[in-house]
Amino acid sequence: MKALLIAESREGKVLGCSSELIAFSQQTGFDSVMFMVGSADTLPKFNGTLYLADSSKYADYNPAVHKQLILEVVAREQPDMIVFSHSSYGWDLAPRVAYSLGAAQFSEVTEVVNGLPVVPACNSKLRRSLKAKSTITVLTLQAGAFSLSEDVTTAPSVQQIDTDSHSQVTFIGYEQAALGGVDLGKAQIIVSAGRGIGGADNVSIVSNLAKALGGEYGASRPVVDAEWVEHARQVGTTGQTVSPKLYVACGISGAIQHLAGMKKSEFVVAINTDKDAPIGEIADVLVVADVKLFLPELTQRLQAV
Amino acid sequence: MKILVCIKQVPDMESKFKIDSAGTWYDTSELAWRMNEYDEYGVEQAVQLKELTSGDLTVLCIGPDRVKETMKKALAMGCDRGAHISDADFASKDPFEIAGIIAEYAKDKNFEAIFTGMQSQDRGSAQVGVLVAEMLGLPSVTTVVGFSYDNGTFQVKRELEGGVKAMVSVAAPALFTCQLGLNTPRYPTLPNIMKAKKKELLSIPFQELLKVEAKMETASIQLPEKKGGGLVLEGEVGELADKLIAILKEKTGVLAR
Ligand SMILES: Cc1cc2nc3c(=O)[nH]c(=O)nc-3n(C[C@H](O)[C@H](O)[C@H](O)COP(=O)(O)OP(=O)(O)OC[C@H]3O[C@@H](n4cnc5c(N)ncnc54)[C@H](O)[C@@H]3O)c2cc1C
Ligand SMILES: Nc1ncnc2c1ncn2[C@@H]1O[C@H](COP(=O)(O)O)[C@@H](O)[C@H]1O
Repeated sequence: MKALLIAESREGKVLGCSSELIAFSQQTGFDSVMFMVGSADTLPKFNGTLYLADSSKYADYNPAVHKQLILEVVAREQPDMIVFSHSSYGWDLAPRVAYSLGAAQFSEVTEVVNGLPVVPACNSKLRRSLKAKSTITVLTLQAGAFSLSEDVTTAPSVQQIDTDSHSQVTFIGYEQAALGGVDLGKAQIIVSAGRGIGGADNVSIVSNLAKALGGEYGASRPVVDAEWVEHARQVGTTGQTVSPKLYVACGISGAIQHLAGMKKSEFVVAINTDKDAPIGEIADVLVVADVKLFLPELTQRLQAV
Repeated sequence: MKILVCIKQVPDMESKFKIDSAGTWYDTSELAWRMNEYDEYGVEQAVQLKELTSGDLTVLCIGPDRVKETMKKALAMGCDRGAHISDADFASKDPFEIAGIIAEYAKDKNFEAIFTGMQSQDRGSAQVGVLVAEMLGLPSVTTVVGFSYDNGTFQVKRELEGGVKAMVSVAAPALFTCQLGLNTPRYPTLPNIMKAKKKELLSIPFQELLKVEAKMETASIQLPEKKGGGLVLEGEVGELADKLIAILKEKTGVLAR
């Protein structure tokens, strides 16, 4: 069996997910070849053939053309499986490739059990095992689900690949993340507000606890989207990645994109009314309580210490 | 401009989920239902585009009769009519079949903009929108967090990892999958809720539109095994606070002053 691994690059830099793709193919015992639209100056480490398309020619984002390039590689290599990361690049491109090949697509695969891919459902409260009806399949891998025990150090053998197809979508350029005032990355203690706090007025019960603990306060995405808290304080894949000594998640369910930003915290406390909230999976202590009642009590006692 | 927005009805994610008798989906009795969160942004963007272009906006939803409640919310937010594709067993259809039904409905209606959510909260496949576009031969842009339209061209921003955005332009017709935070979805006002009751909400049996076959099936659905997890504390808030402080003192260095 053979897998075609789709690595990613942005602005000439290889993104870290390529090693997760290699880890996946090692675990499943597949032969593999790799594909990337990027620059010959920075290549992913890979012990095998890399089909490289030049990003100065094909742009970082140009889905119809990137799809065509992948289809060229598929025609040459005849893989059984095409593996993407479940990333903004991967989930955009994977269904296009799957459609062209008449393939089943398994999205956000976390593991393979008895030959069947497993994917999360309902904010990871459930897991589904899926079965393809097609012979060729397309997968996207959940970020962080597969990792290498040992770094690959070999450089790939590069094969240039080209296409003359065009796209109706024009990539104009990047807008970099706004640089905010707070750098949560350095904080030793972070208390974060989730949608469960119930409203902008309750941000203060979270920031008060942060102050009583001598730390900073952060937030989950809906709290930022609703403008209760500024974006600089958002924790997660589209915010900051933090690793404090203590992380207190207040009214946060524990979606994978939030966990990705804080799972390296040394000690995690979660306060949630839902005893089954997925945050419980990684929390050292889950306090089953209403944040509006519990946080003021806790803050008051800490101030009294 | 003729516009289509696709919405899905999903359970409240704070629900306690049970497995159904077939072992392939969650049990749907005793759940509270709502509009897929991503689709709320889709509806809002579609309504804004309709207002900008004095257009005409259809909301489409595949599902059993109960999804009409969610469709009424979309109508109250400003959609002009509802196309309910009636299917009691839609949860067993894979993304390819769902997309096939939508594409079949849309194919000769000349929509110039189609909106979907970037993913559904229960299944989360993030496939249906892109597949619809591929089936219709339209360009599509996913994970949209910024949107504008002028003179036949859409300018959108895609959200990438780490807060970076990619700016992209595409001419109509095109499909967009909407990400959280794209806009601020409006609350339906009481007069608009009343008006929505008079809007067209037509049910079409899915059999009339399903022309494709599934690419995959669910072998089984399970509750995740508890991987140990941590300590769970329950009780009166004062006692809980005392317990937590004791734990923090013992297990972490953060309370030592
Ligand atoms: C591509 C992508 C990128 C994303 N990036 C990020 C990111 O960077 N950061 C991020 O956080 N999210 C991100 N998300 C969103 C993520 O999927 C979740 O939607 C989000 O994390 C949910 O935030 P939440 O836990 O605050 O809200 P919810 O999921 O709504 O959870 C609220 C929680 O509060 C609890 N609760 C309710 N009332 C109370 C109460 N009174 N007391 C105590 N608990 C209560 C509930 O039981 C529930 O568990 C991203 C999503 C996508 C698709
Ligand atoms: N049953 C459905 N009816 C209408 N639209 C749907 C349905 N299922 C999915 N969609 C649309 O497709 C998007 C992506 O869904 P999914 O591919 O399941 O993650 C959703 O946000 C909806 O806009």
